[in-house]
Amino acid sequence: MANIEAEVGTSGKGLMKWINDRFPLTKTMEKHVTKYYAAKNFNVWYVFGVLAFVVLFLQLFTGIFLTMNYKPASADAFASVEYIMRDVEWGWLIRYMHSTGASFFFIVVYLHMFRAMLYGSYKKPRELIWLIGMLIFFVLMAEAFAGYLLPWGQMSYWGAQVIISLFGAIPVVGDGLVEIIRGDYSISDITLNRFFALHVIALPLALIGLVFVHIVALHEVGSNNPDGIEIKKNKGPDGVPVDGVAFHPYHTTKDLVAIIVFLMIFSSVVFFAPEMGGYFLEHANFEPANLSATPEHIAPVWYFTPFYAILRAVPDKLLGFILFGLSVVLPVFLPWLDKARVRSIRYRGWIYKTALSLFVVTFLTLGWLGTQPATEAYVLMARVFSVLYFLFFLLMPWYTSIDKTKPVPERVVYHG
Amino acid sequence: MGKFNMIARLALIGACLLSTQSFAAGGAATEHANIDPGNIASLQRGARNFMNYCSGCHSAQYVRFSTIGKHLELSDEQLVENLMFNAQKTFETIKVAMPAEDSARWFGKTPPDLSLMARAKGADYVYSFLKGFYVEEGSPTGVNNTVLAGTSMPHVLWELQGFNKAKFAEHSETNAKGDTTTSVVFEGFEPLTEGSLSAEEYDEFVRDTVNFLSYIAEPMRAERRTLGVWVLIFLSIFLILAIALKKEFWRDVH
Repeated sequence: MANIEAEVGTSGKGLMKWINDRFPLTKTMEKHVTKYYAAKNFNVWYVFGVLAFVVLFLQLFTGIFLTMNYKPASADAFASVEYIMRDVEWGWLIRYMHSTGASFFFIVVYLHMFRAMLYGSYKKPRELIWLIGMLIFFVLMAEAFAGYLLPWGQMSYWGAQVIISLFGAIPVVGDGLVEIIRGDYSISDITLNRFFALHVIALPLALIGLVFVHIVALHEVGSNNPDGIEIKKNKGPDGVPVDGVAFHPYHTTKDLVAIIVFLMIFSSVVFFAPEMGGYFLEHANFEPANLSATPEHIAPVWYFTPFYAILRAVPDKLLGFILFGLSVVLPVFLPWLDKARVRSIRYRGWIYKTALSLFVVTFLTLGWLGTQPATEAYVLMARVFSVLYFLFFLLMPWYTSIDKTKPVPERVVYHG
Repeated sequence: MGKFNMIARLALIGACLLSTQSFAAGGAATEHANIDPGNIASLQRGARNFMNYCSGCHSAQYVRFSTIGKHLELSDEQLVENLMFNAQKTFETIKVAMPAEDSARWFGKTPPDLSLMARAKGADYVYSFLKGFYVEEGSPTGVNNTVLAGTSMPHVLWELQGFNKAKFAEHSETNAKGDTTTSVVFEGFEPLTEGSLSAEEYDEFVRDTVNFLSYIAEPMRAERRTLGVWVLIFLSIFLILAIALKKEFWRDVH
């Protein structure tokens, strides 16, 4: 008589065999952790993916506890946040971690995206990872925007008012669309309720799902590295890339150091400067939403300001909205705009290096301009830098194809 | 080191440039409040000032007496005797007896809740506001304010400070195109009547009050700073271990 256990045949014994016969536990661990090989020459730019994951976890964790005490109603929301800050045990810590986490999410994600631009991580065969990543970025923006309304402070209310009304610039469907987003004729209790639903259920679910496929796609093609070389092309007799080391224990121990350094910076803000001079928590948001008093100066939170500056730079409402949308969406096309034959900045010519440096200056300047009042001089500056922003992308096919690249080495550069 | 010096200098220049924007709508610059959040005696005096002079019209609806007692080292008896004029239990918050509809009719605007005022406007703003009242003929309250022009708040502290007159000067500027713009610039106060406090005593009175307002805006501030130090110490030790662990594993990577 045949032994049933022998019919389903994975190796090993005991509990692990029992599980492995029913679920690919060991196989999955090997594929994604213990036998996932990534280049040994990762530099500091390669920690931001893991850090984004850490922040995502922090936001989910603190968010659950905030939700236990927050009241999504226009009459109670502001007071419930103060209740969390003052009366809930450790509520202030949870809230500051969440508000600081929102800003750090964008810092980490912007640096993560910049890493891809430095080392050409979006280039073939990683275009889909980049596309999924851009989707994550869009969902993150929506998540942050919805979350910012919840404290129901002056800036929550008026910031949302300004941004939502932008959609009204779209011809024909604009006004209807604005009403659908708000669920009302103005921002109201109804808007707050639906933003709460989006912020705590819909968008986080989307975020987690997208992060999952982002990582699955990454592990299918393998991680890029600062030299932009395919380490899979150079395998040892054991089938392991000679320039690769296993994710665990090598990259995990390295990432642990990065995570602690990150937590130290994060904690410094949470415990010593949670408002970050009004950039992470805006001063006006300590006043409850007042529908009859518009604040003197409405600015979105810093992570939206580069795009906001572009919006304000355009005198026409519809054209402003289009260029604003385009500025957010354009990076999606990077894998096809970039015609260079090498991935890494290390082997690119001076043209791309200059263009990328200019782009960094442009992005930061636009971000700063977006926090400032729209005076004549600032609007003029914003126009100049908006043009530079778009030129970086639109001229890319041309300047990356004429840029002189250097020969790429066979093996990664690593000084053990 | 030199690089850090330069960054520090740039930051300082930036701070100076930004500080020119702290000129409020009334035209006068705000004065530095110079409060000392660690000074319990000052906070206690501020609590007394607040309950005696502010709480008649202003609530601090998120602030519990018991929390004040805990942080300001006051016993329940001291709270009841000195601060809780219209509250029964120490867990109650600072409410105002005046109905909001009535006060809106009387003053033109319901006096705002002060729980978070110092955080929303900044301590310097509140300090300068409380020192910024001056006599103005024709104003409904008889006064105006250098920091918040047209405020509907009367000069509640007039018995202490007395009344001031404000001196203004007309300042004309002609730009390159030849257009002349004239602006009224605040030049300083001139005492009109004496109060029961000297100018220095009044400054101290306002400073204590603002210190208390700043405390109630974020009662856990001291706690978070103390905890933050311990968190950073813990993480530093953890960091050393993590670096050692990483080095150990990466020893065989060449």
